[in-house]
Amino acid sequence: MRFLRNISIDFLGKKSITYIFSVIVVVSSIVVTFTNKPRWGIDFTGGSLIHMEFKTPPDIAQLRKIFNSSGIEGAQIQKFTNEKVVMVRVRKDYENTLDEVKTALSEKLKNNKFEILRNEMIGPAVGGMLREKAIKAFIFAFFAIIIYVAWRFKGGIWGIAAVVALLHDVIITFGILNFLGLTVNLPVIAALLTLAGYSINDTIVVYDRIRENLKTHFKDPLFKIINRSINETLSRTIITSGTTLMVVIALFLKGGEVLHGFSLTLLIGIIIGTYSSIFIASPLVYLWKNKK
Amino acid sequence: MNKATQWKITITLVVVALSLWFLYPSFQWYTKSAEEKQKLQQIEDPVIEKILKLGLDLQGGMRLRLEVELDKIPEDMEANEAMNRALEIIRNRVDQFGVSEPLIAKQGLNWIIVQLPGVSDAGRALDLIGKTALLEFKLVSDQTIGEDEEAPEGYEILQGRESGKKYLVKKEAELTGAALDNAEVKVGGNFNRPRISFTMKNDSAEKFKNITELNVNRRLAIVLDDIVQSAPNIKERIPNGQGIIEGNFTMETAKDLAIVLRAGALPAPVKIIEKRVVGPKLGRDSINSGIKAMTIGLIFILLFMIAYYKKSGIIAVVALLLNIIILFGAMAYFHFTLTLPGIAGIILIIGMAVDANVLIFDRIMEEIEKGKTPRVAIDAGYKKATTTILDANITTLIAAMFLFQFGTGPVKGFAVTLFIGILASMFTAIIVAKTIFDMITSERQIKELSI
Repeated sequence: MRFLRNISIDFLGKKSITYIFSVIVVVSSIVVTFTNKPRWGIDFTGGSLIHMEFKTPPDIAQLRKIFNSSGIEGAQIQKFTNEKVVMVRVRKDYENTLDEVKTALSEKLKNNKFEILRNEMIGPAVGGMLREKAIKAFIFAFFAIIIYVAWRFKGGIWGIAAVVALLHDVIITFGILNFLGLTVNLPVIAALLTLAGYSINDTIVVYDRIRENLKTHFKDPLFKIINRSINETLSRTIITSGTTLMVVIALFLKGGEVLHGFSLTLLIGIIIGTYSSIFIASPLVYLWKNKK
Repeated sequence: MNKATQWKITITLVVVALSLWFLYPSFQWYTKSAEEKQKLQQIEDPVIEKILKLGLDLQGGMRLRLEVELDKIPEDMEANEAMNRALEIIRNRVDQFGVSEPLIAKQGLNWIIVQLPGVSDAGRALDLIGKTALLEFKLVSDQTIGEDEEAPEGYEILQGRESGKKYLVKKEAELTGAALDNAEVKVGGNFNRPRISFTMKNDSAEKFKNITELNVNRRLAIVLDDIVQSAPNIKERIPNGQGIIEGNFTMETAKDLAIVLRAGALPAPVKIIEKRVVGPKLGRDSINSGIKAMTIGLIFILLFMIAYYKKSGIIAVVALLLNIIILFGAMAYFHFTLTLPGIAGIILIIGMAVDANVLIFDRIMEEIEKGKTPRVAIDAGYKKATTTILDANITTLIAAMFLFQFGTGPVKGFAVTLFIGILASMFTAIIVAKTIFDMITSERQIKELSI
């Protein structure tokens, strides 16, 4: 079987279209993130999370009413595909949320028994520490990746272009997550960081090919070399993204509720990462080198 | 077959054999019944040290982060000493509570991490660990005071365990829980209820004798964490240092109180600043859905690789399966814990690991298209793809490394599987798959490569 072999699509020629498209999407993602504030999970804000399963699917509006009348304010109630399962998040820092929820429900929802599947309580000091660690992980990983790529390709522009593509992927993915109102917790951050590694991985394969073609086809203009390199690596790019997507979809559909946010983040990110390594990363290098 | 190939075969066989060897105890363990496991745990069988452990999110259990309130430690105690003492006492309490393989560790300046696998009765465990359990014996004043009056110099007002009841007691304790030698649950009293009977150490018993002798017909309050449990009248001097604490106990709360009294009081109150409890049902569900997702993902990938790369695809499939075995083997050997995000990492690796093979196979195809023979094309393809594979994977390794450095708990588990999985995928693609190709092409001349 062969597909996407011996093709020559003019990817570079379409760069103005894809750039305008990407700029619009990146800007909208930033706007969404600022207007539709990220829903930080209690990992970062502190608070309580109660994951519970009822005997029969509960009425969310009724649950909300019970919580409000019992002094449990600002509870976020999340439903799942399994309608008996509900996740309650309260972003307030006190230790007794679980007891209060239990009492309120056993008093006012007597005919529907429930079981606590998972319960988390995170104080503000711990939330602050986790937030700090997540930010540090991001910053250190970013710089380490830039330095590595710049060193391997003996020039800052390769590293910078790869990181611009990476930022592009992370910003858009984050924007879409916020647009969907997904809760950003530790696993989601882990997924975003994995994505950073993945996005660069894709980009480097194309860069490696450009570097090689610069040696073997040194007479050709840069425009042609970059286009040729993207085309030559296209089948690999698509296959690897495809196999990774296959497993991520399996994880998303069958991996259980706890990992939903994590797998959704990867799902979105891999699609965008694949797009950017074809349409953004290499054309950026061309733009820069062509100017000089 | 040349020397290099023989070497590669040897290395491959050794790595795979070691992985299987490291995995064997886990395989044995997880196929045992619950009773057998319990038996082995009781005799602390060495096999427990060798198995791949499941995180709290998979087996159920409780993880706590406690803050020791260092501003409330006794004046003559240093912060470091107080932390070590708190750690020791919590360890004692947990040991007596009977949890298998707990983890209790100091973190930073004033934090303590407690992990209790399999514990789902969070309330009870919290009471047991979080209670300061400072037991004090304080003399009750003969004076009575009005509602809003302040306590006189040297005295303080304490709440009783019955709501609304107040006691005026001497501020300075006559004796503290440190005097206790033993404490146990006895059923007795007027209502045949559980209560705690204690015995004091010899020197304290002597002191207790003197105190009771001097204060016959006065009341002595038994105070636990600033709540007066009871305040019996001293009828006569008590020579043997024995006494009873009465309270509104159930058998279980009495048992737990006896534990904390035996283990001793914490040097300062602790505050629970993080608590994560996963029930056993969710843990089981997570494992099941993880295995399901992994199986489906794996089958997808295997079918795709064979359909697309034909016989060469089978080589990639062998490499992938070995990759998974090596990943689990390494996890067991390094005593890493498998968490739910860790399972997600493995699933992700199944999809990403074939990348190295895809890179190589695509290169080989290109070389064949240029008109090279399979033998030459394989060597050239490998040569060209190897640097790309290294370059591309190192960035993922960097991301995984920082995730491990800054991640906590389950997320660390993800970083670990990602890191080991990528390393293993490079090994299986560059060494193992190449060895298989070499073995096939060295035995006979192959005119056409199935790729």
